[in-house]
Amino acid sequence: MIYSVFMPGRVSIFVTCILDQLFPKAGVAMVAVLERLGYDVEFRKEQTCCGQPAFNSGFHDEARAVARHFLDVFDGAEHIVVPSGSCTSMISHHFADIFAGDTKMLQRVHAIEPRVHEFSTFLLNVAQTDDVGARFPQRVTYHDSCHALRELGMKDVPRRLLRKVKDLELIEMDTAEECCGFGGTFSVKFAQISSGMANTKVDSILKTGASHVVSVDSSCLMQLRGTLSRSGHKVETIHLAEVLAAR
Amino acid sequence: MRENTRQETLDDPKLQLALYTATGRLMDHRKKAIGGGKVPEYQDLRTRAAAVKRHTLDYLDVYLTQFEAAVQANGGKVIWARDGAEAADFILSLAKEKGESLIVKSKSMTSEEIHLNDRLIKHELETVETDLGEYIIQLAGLRPYHIVAPALQMTRYDVSTLFEEKLGIAKDDVIENQTMTARRVLREKFLAAGIGITGANFLVADSGAVVIVENEGNARLSSSAPKIQIAIAGIEKMIPRVRDLGVFLALLGRSATGQALTSYTSILSGPRRKDERDGPEEFYVVLLDAGRTKLLADKEKRESLQCIRCGACLNYCPVYRKVGGHSYPWVYSGPIGKIITPQFQGKEKDPWLPFMSSLCGVCAEVCPVKIDIPKILLALRRESQKSSDDAGAMKWFARLMTRPWLYRLAASFGLGWLGRKDGVWVREVKWPASSGPLKDWLAVRDFPAPPEQSFRDWWEKRRK
Amino acid sequence: MSSAREEIINRVRAAISRKVGDKPAAPPEPLLRIRGYKLDEKIAAFRAALEALSGTVTETHSRAETQSAVKRLLDGRTAVASAHPLLAEQWVTEIEVVQSGLTGADLRNACASAGVGITSAYCLLAETGTIVFRASAEESRLISLLPPVHIAVVSSRRMLGGLDEMLSMIARPVDDSSAMVFITGPSRTGDIEQILVRGVHGPGHVHVVIVHEEDIR
Ligand code: SF4
Repeated sequence: MIYSVFMPGRVSIFVTCILDQLFPKAGVAMVAVLERLGYDVEFRKEQTCCGQPAFNSGFHDEARAVARHFLDVFDGAEHIVVPSGSCTSMISHHFADIFAGDTKMLQRVHAIEPRVHEFSTFLLNVAQTDDVGARFPQRVTYHDSCHALRELGMKDVPRRLLRKVKDLELIEMDTAEECCGFGGTFSVKFAQISSGMANTKVDSILKTGASHVVSVDSSCLMQLRGTLSRSGHKVETIHLAEVLAAR
Repeated sequence: MRENTRQETLDDPKLQLALYTATGRLMDHRKKAIGGGKVPEYQDLRTRAAAVKRHTLDYLDVYLTQFEAAVQANGGKVIWARDGAEAADFILSLAKEKGESLIVKSKSMTSEEIHLNDRLIKHELETVETDLGEYIIQLAGLRPYHIVAPALQMTRYDVSTLFEEKLGIAKDDVIENQTMTARRVLREKFLAAGIGITGANFLVADSGAVVIVENEGNARLSSSAPKIQIAIAGIEKMIPRVRDLGVFLALLGRSATGQALTSYTSILSGPRRKDERDGPEEFYVVLLDAGRTKLLADKEKRESLQCIRCGACLNYCPVYRKVGGHSYPWVYSGPIGKIITPQFQGKEKDPWLPFMSSLCGVCAEVCPVKIDIPKILLALRRESQKSSDDAGAMKWFARLMTRPWLYRLAASFGLGWLGRKDGVWVREVKWPASSGPLKDWLAVRDFPAPPEQSFRDWWEKRRK
Repeated sequence: MSSAREEIINRVRAAISRKVGDKPAAPPEPLLRIRGYKLDEKIAAFRAALEALSGTVTETHSRAETQSAVKRLLDGRTAVASAHPLLAEQWVTEIEVVQSGLTGADLRNACASAGVGITSAYCLLAETGTIVFRASAEESRLISLLPPVHIAVVSSRRMLGGLDEMLSMIARPVDDSSAMVFITGPSRTGDIEQILVRGVHGPGHVHVVIVHEEDIR
């Protein structure tokens, strides 16, 4: 562990629409962790969504409108911290796709890209810590959300943080890298397939004997918890931020 | 036998297990061959393979003509076919001219694509598939379930019943015995056939060679025993030089079945030479377009033509592993099928196909030639947006998400309507939420009751 | 069919916006992965690779040893041998159950009924345990294909590191031969339940006898 001299500054958080409306606790937890590290946290209240639902459905005009709104809201923010791998990747990878050919907008996009951080990556790379002083006396298993894993390449980041949590036991499931089946509108358009995928994951979660499934994406957790709950299993789902906020 | 529908496949626990186990085995083979630093230069190989394929497509006319000249120099002939009918017509007239009535075939997805067997059998040419999996599905009258393992969904018990019914032999569910039965039956065909039809994994421009990668030996037999060999291949199978093979073979075997090299790789170039002891007397290569040039013209999706048909994207695809190969509208299934079917067969065939994906991206991760399948799926979704029923909803989405006050209002009323309660998961909701997407969600899993306060409410309160 | 030819080529050119006579860019340099090995390293690697595929490797240092190694592998079965000179030199063709010098229909029939096919090889590839066959006046395609067992008797001088080394030495394998085949282990299938079964259409058993020619004279 390298401790460099660094001054926590101001961070702007992007609390994604699904977190804001359905899983606010994860947002609250993220604020707690950031403040514990000495950051001055701001929440720009004009924020809404990153536009991914439209982008993934093939609606670029609509996605662009939402993306433009995002860029306006976060104009001038030094660090934008996002508690979602999927939304981070939308901003840092796909904003460039939807504005392809629009040099002026691309300039704005490229300017914001390096300032957008997925929450756990922010802790490791910017705050430069893998130990935030958390304690969580449970047996947990970690679900790699697809975009965090494949687009952001975050295989180790969340695990490094989890390993430093006191009294936490991390058990890997055999299908950690497999998709939970959420996939946005896919989860309702192809509900049966989506649910089949979720059940495969649930089987492998149950095999670990974990009490909690941890992830950096609330949408995956909603899918998994909804499935666990439907089949009467008591396993809980929890956002990484909530684990890190616990003491 | 008939095909299972998507829903039947999902509902059949036996089939689910067969599908999951078989694809799981293929995944394990690949992992063992590539994982753990077994091939340190693996990523370089992928990058190189993708670059060579891209280059070849960029200059395809040059390589096609170079290939043709080289085949001729080797004593073979190149036949150009604009579509499946032209390819079949050539084979039919050749068989007639030479008086041949029995054809042995080794596995070729290209020939499946143009329904070559049906076309030949209609004209009373006995056409026998000789790859074990293809033989089984030909007997069963089914389309290939998987581009590498055509009978992937069938168990030993299915094969036992099938052989009893079609070959009139006693039931036997030992896989070794079933395999030996096929050997015996097909050996006679190999020795009697006048024409052998093979596919091609690669066409090598600088040599006029057809490269066939296989494990069973049926492609070797099809190209060695009969008097006439015909190789049928899409024009996109081209690579510039024999020396490029090292990269492609290293990737293909490992990605498909976890083999550093498959049992047999044949580099075939023309009829037997003057003093060779055996081999075909005549050698033809049928170069097929059938939609490929149309796709080539589409810059955004052209890379779909880089595919080397390894099947890795199918094995890893969590959707394929649930719905199986017959849930896709064409002979190509899985992620690669999802992107090429609309491009070759038109979007009408199954307008929702590009949407049958969670965009998890594992296909692109395992693809040995780096085809960005999710990107192409998104492009296809974009093209179909105008006709899709989401257009209205997406207009509203954009309106909502660009007007924070409206977003807040909608959330507070819409979700409020469901009844706010912390930490509760619901199985039912009130009308009108009980129709529409939430209904589809709730058909298979629970939904979180909206919490008593949203994040922004909490933030507002805290600041006071 | 020449119209189909013109049409396809024109469609291709239109698709990639290329005009006749435009000079194509050079393809990316071939990536040839060639490692330096000593002979004993190559033999060890070859043995490991082929044995992993259930094949066997025997090394011999004299004609008598070669002959008896082949005899032992034949185990009384009839065999058909190719016309490769090494087989005669190593006294393999003198074994009484071995037929050799056949051509045409005789050759084909012998292959269809023999228990074992004996060949030499163009070369061996150590990294993958591969026997490289090349159709010629000496080697026929069917001997290593029809019988249920394949024995290849090959000089140690023909041992190469891997595929790329071979490709770097011979730019066009198609010159002077209509077929080159890389034989890597026995014929196999996994088409029923992805369970491995050997010997589906080709030989189910592959044996390689490496003759240390440097020791013989
Ligand atoms: S798309 Fe890629 S992974 Fe899928 S079959 Fe083709 S080459 Fe293999």
